[in-house]
Amino acid sequence: MSDVVIATHGLQRRFGPTLAVADLSLSVRAGEIFGFLGPNGAGKTTSIKMLLALVEPSAGHGHVMGEPLGSREARARIGFLPEHFRFHDTLTGRELLRFHGRLFGLRGMPLDARVQTLLARVDLLDAADRPIRGYSKGMLQRAGLAQALVNDPALVFLDEPTSGLDPLGRLLVRDIVAELRARGTTVFMNSHLLSEVEATCDRVAFVKQGRVVREMALNGAQGAAYLEVELRLSPIGDTVLDGLRRFGTDVSLTDGGRVRMRVTGDAALPAIVRWLVDQQVSVFALESRPKSLEAWFVEVMGEDQRPG
Amino acid sequence: MSAILTIVHLTLYEALRRKILAAGLIGGAAFLLVFGAAVFFANAELARNGNTFLERQGILMLLTLAGLYASNFLAVLLAVLLPVDALSGEIDSGVMQTLAVKPIRRADIVLGKWLGYLIIASAYLGLLFFGVLAVVGLVGGHVAVHPARGLGLMLLEVALLVTVTIAGGTRLGTVANGVLALGFYGLGFIGGWIEQIGALAGIRSAKSIGIAVSLLSPADALWRMAMFHLQPPIVRQMLGQTPFAVSSVPNALMVVWAAAFLVVTLAWGVRSFARRTL
Repeated sequence: MSDVVIATHGLQRRFGPTLAVADLSLSVRAGEIFGFLGPNGAGKTTSIKMLLALVEPSAGHGHVMGEPLGSREARARIGFLPEHFRFHDTLTGRELLRFHGRLFGLRGMPLDARVQTLLARVDLLDAADRPIRGYSKGMLQRAGLAQALVNDPALVFLDEPTSGLDPLGRLLVRDIVAELRARGTTVFMNSHLLSEVEATCDRVAFVKQGRVVREMALNGAQGAAYLEVELRLSPIGDTVLDGLRRFGTDVSLTDGGRVRMRVTGDAALPAIVRWLVDQQVSVFALESRPKSLEAWFVEVMGEDQRPG
Repeated sequence: MSAILTIVHLTLYEALRRKILAAGLIGGAAFLLVFGAAVFFANAELARNGNTFLERQGILMLLTLAGLYASNFLAVLLAVLLPVDALSGEIDSGVMQTLAVKPIRRADIVLGKWLGYLIIASAYLGLLFFGVLAVVGLVGGHVAVHPARGLGLMLLEVALLVTVTIAGGTRLGTVANGVLALGFYGLGFIGGWIEQIGALAGIRSAKSIGIAVSLLSPADALWRMAMFHLQPPIVRQMLGQTPFAVSSVPNALMVVWAAAFLVVTLAWGVRSFARRTL
């Protein structure tokens, strides 16, 4: 299998006159925890559905697990948790997992063992033999998560995995995603909960009006990727400000006489200090903090966005 | 094939758990009980009144045909009501999304549901059919019906309605699909009456229109054919004009037509579902 698990080029989907997804061009690498962010109605769910061949693209093409979209070979190694997981509510949790396992071709003892492991993992052993009709929203969501993992997938799509979950449930999802990462499983996640995404994802893409408008790496494993830096310097002149622009973006002078800027990666910090010292500029303070995903979200989506 | 069987299994299991099978069994048993009581008292009264064996046979035959008529009607309703939300309901609730991403063909889902509901509807029809014959046999002794052909035709009728309902469900919402499927049956039903009245009164245009309508909706034509073949020729002559007499009998071509209709409709449903947005 190649290193790229999902690759799409110009995927587009129209529903009548509505353009739900305008241009989905993405590349997700193996083992990545990939966050797919955007306001309501940005086309996130339709995008996932195109990748899973639940919705046929109107234009464009793509590959998942090295196979064309919708290939059964690829689907055998994919897990999916839909946004509002539902299933026949007369089945018990155990029956539900057994049934989904059978659709992956699992049978007999290996299936029973797998189901038992998953029930324990999502903390549903106690309720395993009760009909899911009586499950709480969180329990149902956890059953759905177990269902998405029944085939031990190499790629998992999670559409709003933490919606409807209490803090403990969210923690459980976060732990499971961390385990998947450790096993090298690729996770593609839609979420509104930016703090969740920040805690779990390696890389994110922002979608706006059916278009990927920005992709970026997050802190996580790769170290501080995007930093907001504040400097207390003397003297501050135009030459200094211009010089700093070589190291980062959005260089500005605050009312309090401090310099603010943004840099990519913390390797830029010692370089900035070295340059300032070379320029005979005194450095009194240098503070850096990762830019919050929420700040990114607002910036990328622009001020014109209203709640969807 | 194994994916189809898994879906069949789920369909049957669902029907069992949703108490559909239980409701069907209880309803069928109640129907047979009422029917059995009617046959019992009718037969006893006929014997007391000193009717001949042949007269009793005639009346028992009419009661049997009435029982099978009701069985047919119940089976038709079940064949439409049972699968009416099989696909549309699961698409609406989102259940279908988790099924369709599994490494199975969408055709497996359609065929699995179709087969599952066909098994239930056929079993229900079989239960009522043999129940009616058994009740009449037990209460009144021998009744001269030819069950094999009749049952075969009725099974084809039920299969046709299950197929139309499943196929409709790949595109329509639950209620619209139910209206369409019952409308489909009703069309053939009224076509059948037009054809019968046309044949009786010798109005050739009415008969032709009726036949044409039966081609569009062959379900009821199969029932009329079944009714004709259930009655041995001597009984048909003896009974003369009864509500169960068939003055214009669909021929074997109608069976071929109905079977082809079923296959084409099922193929269309599979194709329609394969391309559908879920």
